Amino acid sequence: MALAERVVGQGRPGEEIEAYVATGQDVEVRAYDGDVESLSSATTSGIGVRLLLTGGSEGARLGFAWAGSLDADVVDSAVEEARDNAAFATPDPDVAFAVPDGVTSAELDLWDPSVASASTDEKVALTVELERRVRDADPRIRQVSSADYGDERVEMALASTTGIRAVSRRTTAYLSAAAIAGEGNDSHVGTGFSVRRGFAELDPDRVVSDAVERATRMLGAVKPPSERITVVFDRRVVSSLLSIVASGLSGEAVVKGRSIFAGRIGEKVATGSFTLVDDPTDARAFSAATHDAEGLATRRNTLIDSGMLRSFLYDTVSARRAGTSSTGSAVRGGFAGTPGAGCRALVLQPGHHDQTAILAVVGEGLYVQSVTGMHSGVNAVSGDFSVGVEGLMIRDGELAEPIREATVASTLQRMLQSVLHVGADIEWLPGIAAGQTLAIGDMQLSGT
Amino acid sequence: MAEVFAEDRQTRSAILDDRRIEELSSGRERGAGIRVVVGETTGFAHTADLSEPGLLAAAEAAAAVARQGGGGTKAVALPPRFTAPERDLTLPSDVAKATKLELLARADDAARGVGAAITQVQAAYGDSRRRVLIASSDGRHAEDDQIRTRFNVSCVATGDTGMQTGYESVARTEGFEVFGRVRVEELATVAANRAVAKLSARPAPSGELPVVLASGSGGVLFHEACGHGLEADHIVKDASVYVGKVGEQVASPLVTLIDDGTVGGEWGNFAVDDEGRAAARNVLIEDGVLTDYMWDWLRARKEGRQSSGNGRRQTYQHLPMVRMTNTFLLAGTEDPDELIAQTPHGVYVAKLGGGSVNTASGDFVFGTSEAYLIENGRLTAPLRDANLIGNGPEILRRIDAVANDFGMMPGTCGKDGQSVPVGCGQATLRITGVTFGGTAG
Repeated sequence: MALAERVVGQGRPGEEIEAYVATGQDVEVRAYDGDVESLSSATTSGIGVRLLLTGGSEGARLGFAWAGSLDADVVDSAVEEARDNAAFATPDPDVAFAVPDGVTSAELDLWDPSVASASTDEKVALTVELERRVRDADPRIRQVSSADYGDERVEMALASTTGIRAVSRRTTAYLSAAAIAGEGNDSHVGTGFSVRRGFAELDPDRVVSDAVERATRMLGAVKPPSERITVVFDRRVVSSLLSIVASGLSGEAVVKGRSIFAGRIGEKVATGSFTLVDDPTDARAFSAATHDAEGLATRRNTLIDSGMLRSFLYDTVSARRAGTSSTGSAVRGGFAGTPGAGCRALVLQPGHHDQTAILAVVGEGLYVQSVTGMHSGVNAVSGDFSVGVEGLMIRDGELAEPIREATVASTLQRMLQSVLHVGADIEWLPGIAAGQTLAIGDMQLSGT
Repeated sequence: MAEVFAEDRQTRSAILDDRRIEELSSGRERGAGIRVVVGETTGFAHTADLSEPGLLAAAEAAAAVARQGGGGTKAVALPPRFTAPERDLTLPSDVAKATKLELLARADDAARGVGAAITQVQAAYGDSRRRVLIASSDGRHAEDDQIRTRFNVSCVATGDTGMQTGYESVARTEGFEVFGRVRVEELATVAANRAVAKLSARPAPSGELPVVLASGSGGVLFHEACGHGLEADHIVKDASVYVGKVGEQVASPLVTLIDDGTVGGEWGNFAVDDEGRAAARNVLIEDGVLTDYMWDWLRARKEGRQSSGNGRRQTYQHLPMVRMTNTFLLAGTEDPDELIAQTPHGVYVAKLGGGSVNTASGDFVFGTSEAYLIENGRLTAPLRDANLIGNGPEILRRIDAVANDFGMMPGTCGKDGQSVPVGCGQATLRITGVTFGGTAG
């Protein structure tokens, strides 16, 4: 914070300055064939400086610069670069920094000391043991293509000439494994992972069983015939799916005419069982945070309520463009990025059934274990949705034979209107959305 | 083996969105990654502190992994440093910011000039200069100065059927002189027309059918269908369908696949890789027969051979691994228009989006961002975006025609959390059957 305040103190008349400082320490271990394959440890730090020239009558001009170092000369030249960049921006009456809005930030404990107190030897031992357990779990496991441990301690400080002061810190630790099951020429990868705030809370049993089950149950998978079908998406897939829906709920996408939800507030955009909330104040969420990327308190925002579109998420600039106020939803990708409006901690209001019960109710359909091509076959602006899938057919309400090399397709708009069941089985996953089983009707399965 | 990788990277970018120059950004990052390999174990540490104490601290941390090592000091005489040849280029840092911003405004005007259906335009300019120095105890000693320039345009078109998007880009390992050849107005017009064409698009088909991939755009097919599977880190871990297949016919005889980090100005170029090995041209598949995999230092050492110049890392904060450079299929002899005319029914993919692959099963997907139905040998209705899915070894055997109109396309390849610039290329070609993942049954 001292550094952030020092930078902010360099503001001249007719300028506003905001400084975002982050420092992190991380450890990564990879095990292979009973030994350590690699061990990395590092400290990184950097600063992002935004500078506003506020003198003009047509609005303010924004410039940005970042540096992967906190050395005084490097930081000073970043301030100069931001100042120079600002001179070239288009004046814009809606461009401004956040000002404190009186909302009190949630009390969240996102720091687990066990990440720092666990020794490197313990972390290495856990990873080597994980690799061995995956390898020995089933005779059909032919390889462990990765068995990784990683942790991170990040501290952030944000200060601005508009009165913002925010500090936060968080830890994360993860354990992951990718197992390859093989029989003859047939081979499949299954992954398992556990992501927590602390070293002590990691769940290696779960990583092993997930990786092994997901690899072995795909053995013998064939390409299915094409048909219209009900699809039950695995929790991990739903987390990615919600992240894509979320891009249309960003106020920035709305004001710039890139959202499938623009102009539809108050309309029924999904089935009645679909209630979507962004709540970064829930400490269980991976991306939980006390402050947003502009230093305002985060808050719980209901986006879709029983299928009805209620609100969008705004940062300061998109809120001003839309004639409203920030919802405390600025996000940024580290010190090298600038803030924009986005989701942090999406979760669906849970339904009444877990996955097994949903499979039983659905009866006949396709259970999708994993998807590929979410970035290449889903267009969040048009809503076109097409992804590669692997999974298991659902027959008589239970998982049956495995399938691969197929796609499922629809549009995001139609999928939201075709939600049949929302799972009660919330799992807090890395990323910006929790995972829950979701059943969606009337999708096109393409295979042979 | 001990190795120091020092990097100094400067980036500049500017974005025009919603008719405004919204974001001018400058970034600077420098530091060193230190790698120590003892037996099968790699220790790695990186630091932004390039002073001698800073580097020594990082070296201690990396070496600490080599627990079984006896310690001690070994003086190493480095050979003369390999230095990249001078190139005649216009350093982007020598070009005024206003000149770069003018490109954005020109692209915006051109895209909006396509018609009232264009409702949003984003244009982005970026350049970077990356200077690297590699020195290792086994005698690698090289430096490189990599200049890259990119420009892209994304458009939204709105009509009765909703919104559609179009994208086009240029990205070169060159300086600002690239804009002497490439007109940003053309990129903008292509992107805008792509979005407008899709407003009248019908749902893509569902199921297996013949597909013709346009020149350049389909290179990502080879990147996914076999490129990743030929990376030696997947091979040594038995995590690829191409393990043990060297010398075997793995593709149609029309397929000769090259990975080449030396092709003039392409996006995946460099003079030396991030382990100090000179970039090279490597033949991966020749007339359908698998000839070799791609190698970095670590995996090559295991096999007692030389790296193929494919050791790359995103920044000094990352460990190097086997990566592609510019991966392309050599051109054939057919006329591209004839090739379409000889396809009674199928889909013509004019522009592909990204893709991804599961190297263990060989199943891969790639998305379309501009495609048309082929009916009676002619292009007819535009199609909405969809993914295609196939199995690498299977699809490589189904290539039955390759045209003579070779083209390249830039891309960003993500692997294990690291992104690097790559190039993909191929001439117009036909696959006899691939599964199209649309909704029209």
